Amino acid sequence: MKRYIAHRLLQGVLLLCLVASIVFFVGRLTGNPADLMLPEDVSAEDRAALIQVLGLDGPLHEQFFIFVRNALHGDLGMSIRMRQPAVEAFFSRLPNTLAIIPWAILLAMAVGIPLGVVAALHRGGWIDRMAGAIAVLGVAIPSFWLGILLIFVFSVQLGWLPSGRMGGPSHYVLPVITLGTFLIAGFMRLVRSSMLEVMDSEYIKLARIKGLRESVVIWKHGLRNALIPVLTLWGVFVGNLITGAIVTETIFAWPGIGRLTYEAVIFRDFPLLQAVIILKSILILSINLLVDILYAYVDPRIRLA
Amino acid sequence: MNTQTVLEVRNLHTHFFLRRGIVKAVDGVSFTLARGEVLGLVGESGCGKSVTALSIMRLLPRGGARTIQGQIWLDGTDILTHTPRQMRDVRGRKISMALQDPQTSLNPVFTIGAQLREALMRRLRAAQAAITQAAIAALRAVDIAAPEQRMGQYPHQMSGGMKQRVVGAIAISGHPDVLIADEPTTALDVTIQLQYLKLLKRLQQDTNMAILFITHDFGVVARMCDRVAVMYAGRIVECGKVTDVFAHPSHPYTKALIASVTKLKGSSGRLPTIEGQPPSLMDIPIGCRFAPRCPHAEQRCRDIYPPSFPINDTHTADCWQLAPS
Amino acid sequence: MRRAPWIPIVIMFVILVMAVFAPLLAPYSPIDQTLHDKLLPPVWVDGGSMKYLLGTDAFGRDILSRLIYGARVSLIVAALALTAGGGVGLLIGIVSGYVGGTTDAVLMRMVDAAFTFPAILFALLLAVTMGQGLGTLVIAISLLLWASFARIIRGEVLALKQRDFVALAQVRGCSSARIMITHILPNVLNIFMVLITLNIGVVIIAEASLSFLGAGVPPPTPTWGLMISDGRGRIADAWWISLIPGIAITLLVLSVNLFGDWLRDRLDPRLRQL
Repeated sequence: MKRYIAHRLLQGVLLLCLVASIVFFVGRLTGNPADLMLPEDVSAEDRAALIQVLGLDGPLHEQFFIFVRNALHGDLGMSIRMRQPAVEAFFSRLPNTLAIIPWAILLAMAVGIPLGVVAALHRGGWIDRMAGAIAVLGVAIPSFWLGILLIFVFSVQLGWLPSGRMGGPSHYVLPVITLGTFLIAGFMRLVRSSMLEVMDSEYIKLARIKGLRESVVIWKHGLRNALIPVLTLWGVFVGNLITGAIVTETIFAWPGIGRLTYEAVIFRDFPLLQAVIILKSILILSINLLVDILYAYVDPRIRLA
Repeated sequence: MNTQTVLEVRNLHTHFFLRRGIVKAVDGVSFTLARGEVLGLVGESGCGKSVTALSIMRLLPRGGARTIQGQIWLDGTDILTHTPRQMRDVRGRKISMALQDPQTSLNPVFTIGAQLREALMRRLRAAQAAITQAAIAALRAVDIAAPEQRMGQYPHQMSGGMKQRVVGAIAISGHPDVLIADEPTTALDVTIQLQYLKLLKRLQQDTNMAILFITHDFGVVARMCDRVAVMYAGRIVECGKVTDVFAHPSHPYTKALIASVTKLKGSSGRLPTIEGQPPSLMDIPIGCRFAPRCPHAEQRCRDIYPPSFPINDTHTADCWQLAPS
Repeated sequence: MRRAPWIPIVIMFVILVMAVFAPLLAPYSPIDQTLHDKLLPPVWVDGGSMKYLLGTDAFGRDILSRLIYGARVSLIVAALALTAGGGVGLLIGIVSGYVGGTTDAVLMRMVDAAFTFPAILFALLLAVTMGQGLGTLVIAISLLLWASFARIIRGEVLALKQRDFVALAQVRGCSSARIMITHILPNVLNIFMVLITLNIGVVIIAEASLSFLGAGVPPPTPTWGLMISDGRGRIADAWWISLIPGIAITLLVLSVNLFGDWLRDRLDPRLRQL
């Protein structure tokens, strides 16, 4: 178990180094980041001065060395627009994102898992068909548009819910639904297909031979096994959530790291974007590591291997 | 021997209703099983043995399988009329089943102990500690060494033979009157097979439960069973005491099967086979199902399915050749 | 066998015609502004007129014309990105599956990494460093695709490798490259086509999302994602600017996916898991 975690940790660190290097070199090789920050009619001296301030005048390997050294000290550069360290900007916004993500996951699980189970148990029935329709629609509707549609219906037409910004509980409803819907279809499809497979297995037959109640057979013996593939795909879901948060927070003017990413893009704030990508990678990799540990807990074949 | 009947299956029909047609997997099966008796159900794979077993357990696979006709009398009640709830009370306690494949029969995410305790908890409404003791005793009863340690282990940490014994322990944990053993040894190594059969026989003698032993292997039948029923294409074609059936096989199919076993043991070089293929269960001949492969087939065999003719008072076979002339 | 999904096929066809014949079909220029006609609602809403069937946006541009030209951008991006990303995935999948060993291990580690790390972040990075444009967008979306193509194709190649005709070719002394091209490639084209179809929807949504986030084709080129973004602030008084292109995206993606499901079942029901 310890070896397994250490192995995963090492993999994560390697991946992080890879991502950081790619971000660095993509930034330097596709143009000079300084030009992104300057107006087009800037004088040559001003440009040179900025390049020097940003440390972009040395040879590439030297710049990379400085970048790595600073990164190890927790310094990923200054945001141009906010005039504050990019790391600081990220961490001041992070809590706002973390305030909605768990609710979105909870919503997706609360809807997706039971719906997937019931759809699998009544294969071909009306619930299964309804679930199928939700799955198909869930993939086809762009989530940013769904958010706007929700605002139109619930804020503009009905006036029930606020259309954006942080605030009381009612402010959470629409962003959480938008972000959660993003996951529901995927969750449900996965649970349904793995539940179908599990319920046909011999150990489910044995559980029934024992005379266990059908609810115990389904929710204890069936679901626990059916959730294993869901956990293995968790990494993909986390990635989806992080990208989903970008559009969701943009639509609802939610001051989290997603909105920060959007701002970095539209204001061409390269140092900020670079920092945000690296920090988000760390976030994704840590969550993945947690899930791997949870996975080992659920599946003894991994834990005891 | 006690001759009181514990399980009687009458004219059972279980069909699979598929889009491409109706598969008549079990098409008029009848037999009785006395308390403490071991009945072998023998036939080639695909003849309907396993579907018969699952029909009795009422655990048919999803997707179009239905028992459309017949009765299954267990202890004086027809369990085909039971509600799902009543059926649950019957399973495990009155009738139970040991599955074929030990590798997939145990739930991979729970310990052996948890899976065994779960089964025991239904029978003994006792304290946790007592149930754990009972579970350890059950493991010991199936010859598992160091049962206390095994309780905390997961299926993937055990060998196939050991898993099969655990499956057996779970199956009989409710002290059922009837155990259906569906090819319990096919997935095991030869040496372990023998061990398992001996164990099963001993448990059967200790508890006096009746066993419906499903197999394709006449050798196993000779070792394990009191009576044998030979199944072909969804029906039982011959039934009788093992000694009688071996000494006087009366249905051409049984004759061919037994001949193939004895020849294998003998020194004649040629591997014996029965000419032709069993009929598709989707398109069963109207007359005797074996007629297309039978060397003695006549016109009436092809036209009308033969009734069961008695050879002695416990031995019958469905073949026109036995008709009194 | 399931019936062919006629309604999705008709919708796809209509959108394809819109894209190809945009200049002939669009009643107005998608870019020219007519400020005195701004924010007019669609014809079926009070205040709407036959002049602008689907209304106008804040600059007085005709929504219908922009929608028709937008289809063009969506389909061009989809075609280019699927060719590039799918092609790279196909190549990596075949090489990884056929060559095996260390090559396979390294390539599959890369695929795992790509699955862990959301490609859309790289897409945003490229949009900032390389500047917005069609090329950037196509590269960015290709990054989204290659890994899933590579993983599935590799699985198929592993199965093919066991088959007799491959062994026979090896015995005859064919080179690896030759076997990959003449024996493996033709046998994975079916699955490749299914993957392409199933990913059209993914690409269209990605393109719209990137445009929405200001990382797509730069304005004033009309794209559906950009149109939704334009109307976002006016949802209270001019909902049609955002909602109409969203309906177009949903309809197109829905149609393509239903068609893709049908095609997959027809060509190879084993692929259900995709």
